[in-house]
Amino acid sequence: MSKVPPKQEGDPNTTGHSWDGIEEFDNPMPRWWLWTFYATIVWGVIYTIAYPAWPLVSSATAGLLGYSTRAEVAAEISAVEEANAGINAQLASAELTEISADTTLNSYAVSSGAAVFRTWCAQCHGSGAAGFVGYPNLLDDDWLWGGDIEAIHATIAHGIRNEEDPDARYSEMPAFGEILEPEEISQVVHYVMQLSGGDADAGLAGPGAEVFADNCSSCHGENGLGDRELGAPNLADAIWLYGGDEAALTETVTYSRYGVMPPWTQRLTEAQIRAVALYVHQLGGGE
Amino acid sequence: MNTGTLNYVKLVVLALATLFTMIAASYARDLAYQVHMVIFMIVAAGLFLTTLRATDEPAAPTPTNEYFDSVVRAGVIATAFWGVVGFLVGVVIAFQLAFPQLNFAWAEGYANFGRLRPLHTSAVIFAFGGNALIATSFFVVQRTSAARLWGGNLGWFVFWGYQLFIVLAATGYLLGGTQSKEYAEPEWYVDIWLTIVWVAYLAVYLGTIIKRKEPHIYVANWFFLAFIVTVAMLHIVNNISIPVSIWGSKSVQVFSGVQDAMVQWWYGHNAVGFFLTAGFLGMMYYFVPKQAERPVFSYKLSIIHFWALIFLYIWAGPHHLHYTALPDWASTLGMVFSIILWMPSWGGMINGLMTLQGAWDKLRTDPVLRMMVTSLAFYGMSTFEGPMMSIRSVNSLSHYTDWTIGHVHSGALGWNGLITFGALYYLVPVLWKRERLYSLSLVSWHFWLATIGIVLYAASMWVTGIMEGLMWREVDANGFLVNSFADTVSAKFPMYVVRGLGGVLFLSGAIIMCYNLWMTVRAAPAKASLGTAVPAE
Repeated sequence: MSKVPPKQEGDPNTTGHSWDGIEEFDNPMPRWWLWTFYATIVWGVIYTIAYPAWPLVSSATAGLLGYSTRAEVAAEISAVEEANAGINAQLASAELTEISADTTLNSYAVSSGAAVFRTWCAQCHGSGAAGFVGYPNLLDDDWLWGGDIEAIHATIAHGIRNEEDPDARYSEMPAFGEILEPEEISQVVHYVMQLSGGDADAGLAGPGAEVFADNCSSCHGENGLGDRELGAPNLADAIWLYGGDEAALTETVTYSRYGVMPPWTQRLTEAQIRAVALYVHQLGGGE
Repeated sequence: MNTGTLNYVKLVVLALATLFTMIAASYARDLAYQVHMVIFMIVAAGLFLTTLRATDEPAAPTPTNEYFDSVVRAGVIATAFWGVVGFLVGVVIAFQLAFPQLNFAWAEGYANFGRLRPLHTSAVIFAFGGNALIATSFFVVQRTSAARLWGGNLGWFVFWGYQLFIVLAATGYLLGGTQSKEYAEPEWYVDIWLTIVWVAYLAVYLGTIIKRKEPHIYVANWFFLAFIVTVAMLHIVNNISIPVSIWGSKSVQVFSGVQDAMVQWWYGHNAVGFFLTAGFLGMMYYFVPKQAERPVFSYKLSIIHFWALIFLYIWAGPHHLHYTALPDWASTLGMVFSIILWMPSWGGMINGLMTLQGAWDKLRTDPVLRMMVTSLAFYGMSTFEGPMMSIRSVNSLSHYTDWTIGHVHSGALGWNGLITFGALYYLVPVLWKRERLYSLSLVSWHFWLATIGIVLYAASMWVTGIMEGLMWREVDANGFLVNSFADTVSAKFPMYVVRGLGGVLFLSGAIIMCYNLWMTVRAAPAKASLGTAVPAE
């Protein structure tokens, strides 16, 4: 058996057992430890009387304070809703185009809209609203479906190319891979690159003009300036949603694109939709 | 039954197992299951062949008058190995969070954060911690019972069976075989395998205690036994599920909704309570008095805090589900039991630290003891922080933030990591019969690297956690949210880098330890022979 280490002067008694040379002192429990332990137990009993705690057969004790986490949250939410009820009603009923002239209402709407944007819109458009490939930048003045306050409001309310809302904005570009020859696609791609001053091959862009006139101009316009009624982008402004290089444009022309946005009337109140529309409108590009 | 007959039974079982897994691998409905059945098949076929060769050969007599230390030596190696693997994966995923580009496109579906995160948690808790617990418990129960490990080669079955479980769990995560329960991700057949191994572990452990030559059961063994028994119960209840097919890995949980969440966190919290607390307290109760060469401070404290800890821990799980679909009464009880648990948890820290009374001067000269004492300090800190975070109003700030991650790591790296390192430094010279460790100054290096690493980790996570919690709830005068979620993520970036660096330091310390232990076996002078270690008479 391992040897037991020697004792020191003033050591208390041990319990008399030894395991592999380990002994145990017969010290009492530290008083502060014991009393703190008792205190937490007493506190625990009191707390479980005050708050909902003990399960019964088909329910549980409700606690003397009548506390409930759900009631607490509901109270906080309704306090904010109550405080903002008047101004929300005003926001929902005012003439949309006139709100920005009302300083108080407008500043409320913008701060409310900013919160809505961070919660619901930032996932796609970015928390700074600068967008991403496939998700429009909302800071510039290039608008697919219109940039005045009413157009922005309609886009947010009904969304784009969704099946939930019959009023959703809708248009669909054909996949020209099934219509045009690869050579024609290459030509029209270079024509479009030339339109926006890109680094295009003039030899391809020349015949591409004809392909464009025959197939694309009905939506994008004769000069490629786009058509907001159809959500057809301006192709001459060097702002690209899916990329303006040859590969990205070839992909777009061959397979088409189908960007979607949900309708927000089902999740947000009219005041919130107006608020976020006003927020987006004042970001820089509003018309 | 003599060995000869037993071998024939084994041969039949192994042949059937090989055949069944072969069929299962060919019918497999998913990749994880197929790979696992092939692993099972190779193991069963290999065992079949070795058993066949040994059958009807004269068997070497098993020594019965010395401790069964070879399995403990294997456990020490496995602990060090899995520790480095687990820490390394932790460092990788820490940097994946700081720099998302490290989720490489070519590794998508195998080595992206989502696949590696459970690999990290399981590697450190179950592979590193589990091997440390099995190895030290086998060592401690033999010494404090003065008896050889019960069950003959069953000890080897526990060791290798557990390694197989680790390999199945780890490969399963990378291949997508997971039931998506935190710390209980392995699928149904891996759970069944672990149950078999665990029952064998309990049998070996209990068998040794029953045949002990000491009149009383030492306190370390109470804690180890509580850990083994409770983990068995937790594992079985939390993994009750119905396989979609016996030829596939997917299964469906029996509990659903909030009941499933509550069972999961009853399990999850007690994995912390019984695996990472009770089990490691068992380790502490042997290695601290041994290293300090002093008697345990108070027997009374050990018995009271043991029973209080065991009784209270099991109720504390609901504090993981504050402000969820869980009814308020359950949430209150979880919080109240967590707070009452504070002192019983601290009982272990007091008993460990006070054991150094009369030996405090050793901290100047013995870096191994310093490591153990620091681990007790981290234990005390996280068992205060835990009850505090379980308070509903504190939790409303801390929950879902990095504060939780910081809390877990101050406990896991500080308490579980350092006490395990201390135990390994104690065990290697004893098990390989060396006079001393190869280098104490390398232990000091390990100590400081690990400690600074933990401080960087925990401090950075407290800062980002509290910042994140405050940013999430920040509202303007009209009650509108000020920050988007992405704003809080980008604000955390510098602290994520600091956390990664803390992990690098902790990992470097562990690598230094492996070198030191390796050189101890290779180069430290052998202990002057005092005869083989013999169970006490």
